[in-house]
Amino acid sequence: MRWAGLVLVALLLALPAILSSYAITIFIVIFFYAFLGQAWNIVGGYAGQLSIGHAAFVGVGAYTAAILARDTGLTPWVGMFVGGACAAALGTVIGYLGFRFGLRGFYFALLTVAFAEIARIVTANLEATGGALGLYITFTGDPRQFQFSSNLPHYYIALALMLVATGVAGGIERRRLGAYLAAIRDDEAASEALGVNSFRYKMIAIVISAFLTGMGGTFYAFYFLSLQPNTVFGVPFSVEIALRAIVGGSGTLLGPILGSFLLTPLAEFSRAYFATGGWTGVHLIAYGLLLIVVVLFLPQGVYPYLRRLVGEGQRS
Amino acid sequence: MDPTLIGQALLNGILFGGVYSLMAVGLSLIFGVMRVVNFAHGDMMVWGMYLALVLAERARLDPYLGFVLCAGLLFLLGAVVQRVLVDRVVDSAHEMQILLMLGVALVLENTALVIFGPDPQRVASPLTTATIWLGPLFVDVARLTTFVVAIALTIALYLFLARTRPGQMIRAAADNTYGALVVGVNVPRVYMVAFGIGAACVGAAGALVSAFLPFQPASGLSASVTSFNIVIIGGMGSLLGAFCGGLAVSIAESLGAVFLSPSLKELVSFSLLVLILLFRPAGLFGRRTP
Repeated sequence: MRWAGLVLVALLLALPAILSSYAITIFIVIFFYAFLGQAWNIVGGYAGQLSIGHAAFVGVGAYTAAILARDTGLTPWVGMFVGGACAAALGTVIGYLGFRFGLRGFYFALLTVAFAEIARIVTANLEATGGALGLYITFTGDPRQFQFSSNLPHYYIALALMLVATGVAGGIERRRLGAYLAAIRDDEAASEALGVNSFRYKMIAIVISAFLTGMGGTFYAFYFLSLQPNTVFGVPFSVEIALRAIVGGSGTLLGPILGSFLLTPLAEFSRAYFATGGWTGVHLIAYGLLLIVVVLFLPQGVYPYLRRLVGEGQRS
Repeated sequence: MDPTLIGQALLNGILFGGVYSLMAVGLSLIFGVMRVVNFAHGDMMVWGMYLALVLAERARLDPYLGFVLCAGLLFLLGAVVQRVLVDRVVDSAHEMQILLMLGVALVLENTALVIFGPDPQRVASPLTTATIWLGPLFVDVARLTTFVVAIALTIALYLFLARTRPGQMIRAAADNTYGALVVGVNVPRVYMVAFGIGAACVGAAGALVSAFLPFQPASGLSASVTSFNIVIIGGMGSLLGAFCGGLAVSIAESLGAVFLSPSLKELVSFSLLVLILLFRPAGLFGRRTP
């Protein structure tokens, strides 16, 4: 298993040599969504607290790094961590409000939506953030500004982000924290009875998840170079993040990566294909249908399903 | 601040509150009966609006009459969605239900986008041009009609649940599913009817505002989120809570638009939500903590 992982990583490191520039951009988006899905997975999958507001963390991280770079000249390489810290602070507030009363399921999901919407409305009404028109970053190609003249560096940065998040999630999974989170996810009352401080571990999970997602905001800002409150804080973006992990298999280490490799190319190609034909919206109908199919027929996600298939194959 | 301005805002808030109440009552009924949150609620509302538009353009039916037909069609949509999809996840985890309904919401919203396009629309009705003056305050006749009809529908729903045999069955299934099954209530059918009624409420609400509130396919999401806010503020599953919550949120938003700024009015209902979750997570009229 470990060898397979190393070979795969080596393959991804060498891959750009044979890829066209367009294919590289697709892979960048795949890695980036896999990274966001993995960060979501820590609180949404392992801890089982469904968040539909992760876009708020991306947005806070993105705006923080972009405004710091614009107004104080702070390099995004540092701003990335400041943005992550700001997102983690927001995660602390949401987690405290939600977990203090043990809000679960729908209540917690709505709390995360509410905070993302508050962030969106505030951002759209502040002058410092560029208001509803958004914030645009001028392209300089300066590596100190997190910009590059080719897209190769962004390929490796996105790959690194994905691997870091996977490393963090893997670390959690193997340690006590992972066991506590699994216990809380499966039966919170029973784990409390056994002395697991569920509030504390859920807080740790959301803070780590928010920090990583906030770091991703810097990548978003300085790769796409434009921040619009309605897009970067929007519920559809949050759903896209959660969807990667859920389709792949939430609460599994490889689920979000598999989910992104399945969904991102699908989204990119169908968007390009249908949008040129004037059929905007068709790819989102397909998305909705996919979501329904996954819930009804593969509620655990694709990865656990594949693993079962492989397991059965080996036994027979 | 000018007292007339505040009075006008208060009046507008009350008038629009009827619609909020009707939306929230539909959501609350669905949740109360089968513990499923209809994340496609706002998109069903938008479909009510577009159906009103089609009826007005093709059959020259005024939305203030067409709303009956819209409610009927949305009842069918709700019943079908319940029977085909929701029924399979009634006993699943909340997360799965939310994801399923998000899927339905995506399909509904984008089907509207493909058919009707992204531009904001409004249904023409002669009522929108009429106003009544009450001293210094003016009342928009369209909004007044909407208010009266919405309140009448909410009261009718209440009487249906309280006084009739099918209504009794719905309440029985909501209170104790197993008990209802034991005394011979056809629970799957009750679920289907309850979901249909919930969808019909929000469909009627959509048709009733279509004459003065511009709408587009993307409007569904914020309508859903507003309905959730109201229902949590009022207390999940409580019809009285949904009704009062709708009026309260509408008045608060209307006053917020005057005191803060129109673009910040949405912030008011979210702030109310956060306050409720902080101090009284069961909601104003809810009986137990979630």
